[in-house]
Amino acid sequence: MKEQFLNQVKETLEITDREINFEDNFKEYDEWDSLNLLSIIAMIDEEYGVTIDSNTMSKITTIEELYNIIESNK
Amino acid sequence: MIENNPFSLNEKTVLVTGASSGIGKAIAQECAKMGAKLIITARNEERLKDTLQSLVGNGHQYIIADFSSDDGINDLVKSLPILDGMVHCAGLIKRLPLKFVNESHLTEIMQTNFFAPALITQKIYKAKKIQQEGSVVFISSVATGFASFGNIMYMASKGAINSLSKGIAFELATQKIRVNCIEPGMIVTNLTKAISDEELAEDVKRYPLGRFGKPEEIGYAAVYLLSNASKWITGSVIKIDGGLTLR
Ligand SMILES: NC(=O)c1ccc[n+]([C@@H]2O[C@H](COP(=O)([O-])OP(=O)(O)OC[C@H]3O[C@@H](n4cnc5c(N)ncnc54)[C@H](OP(=O)(O)O)[C@@H]3O)[C@@H](O)[C@H]2O)c1
Repeated sequence: MKEQFLNQVKETLEITDREINFEDNFKEYDEWDSLNLLSIIAMIDEEYGVTIDSNTMSKITTIEELYNIIESNK
Repeated sequence: MIENNPFSLNEKTVLVTGASSGIGKAIAQECAKMGAKLIITARNEERLKDTLQSLVGNGHQYIIADFSSDDGINDLVKSLPILDGMVHCAGLIKRLPLKFVNESHLTEIMQTNFFAPALITQKIYKAKKIQQEGSVVFISSVATGFASFGNIMYMASKGAINSLSKGIAFELATQKIRVNCIEPGMIVTNLTKAISDEELAEDVKRYPLGRFGKPEEIGYAAVYLLSNASKWITGSVIKIDGGLTLR
């Protein structure tokens, strides 16, 4: 499940040249921009039925935090 | 009060949709201040009652209606009296990048933002529930011509409203019924909760007049378009955006 989530994030951000980790601050990725922010929210909604509001999204930084939100809302 | 004030809405019965919140609520309040009898509608009864109580004057009423179904739209039109004006303000936003756009999201947006106002106007007209010299106002958005990420579906729904408005304006000009659109820029309401505070703080910097709009500032324009002061205006799109689209 954790592995799968990492892959989904990778795919959503269209990262093809490297692996990503749970501890990463995804907002520091070169690929990060406001369109990708919406994409991550949409992906999590579509795949997990969890809606993350935009203010929560602006507070979190690591992939782990994203994952924890999904886990606690499922 | 000035006698024969051209901006007065005395003796006018006006329908405002989306009146339980934000811009629609402010439009209803401003219309009431100018003397109109309001019929306000939305889904949430509690919030509609709040709006109703805030309206000055008497004789206002609320009708609960859900625009996501044909029944909701039909029942609303059936229970309406003869109107002098209507303001289509119910609407919703859903921000999704193109990759995530699908039929069900599109249908949801188009139903409330486009099909409902289009069909309500059609049915009211067909049922002869709009007076000659009446006025129809659609709340569109600067988003029709000003792109932002994730806003494709919303932009399309409002673009459709602008063209609908012109088409109806042309046909109903023979009856002296006027049809116009208002395109607001950002007004902080429930709708804009889809946008983070961080993004809003960035966005406001793009407004030459230095701030976002207030719901009542759209209300004033609606009053104007509903009143006899705008008798020679039809098919227009009035932008109220603090200068956002100047550049
Ligand atoms: N805020 C802005 O920055 C902005 C800018 C440009 C244009 N606009 C437009 O202005 C209009 C009003 O927006 P707002 O900012 O005031 O938003 P809001 O506070 O969210 O109000 C939306 C209204 O629409 C009603 N509504 C939504 N879905 C409905 C449905 N299925 N059936 C019946 N009523 C429904 C809601 O009532 P219930 O939930 O009670 O049903 C509410 O009264 C919208 O058309 C919007 O697109 C807003």
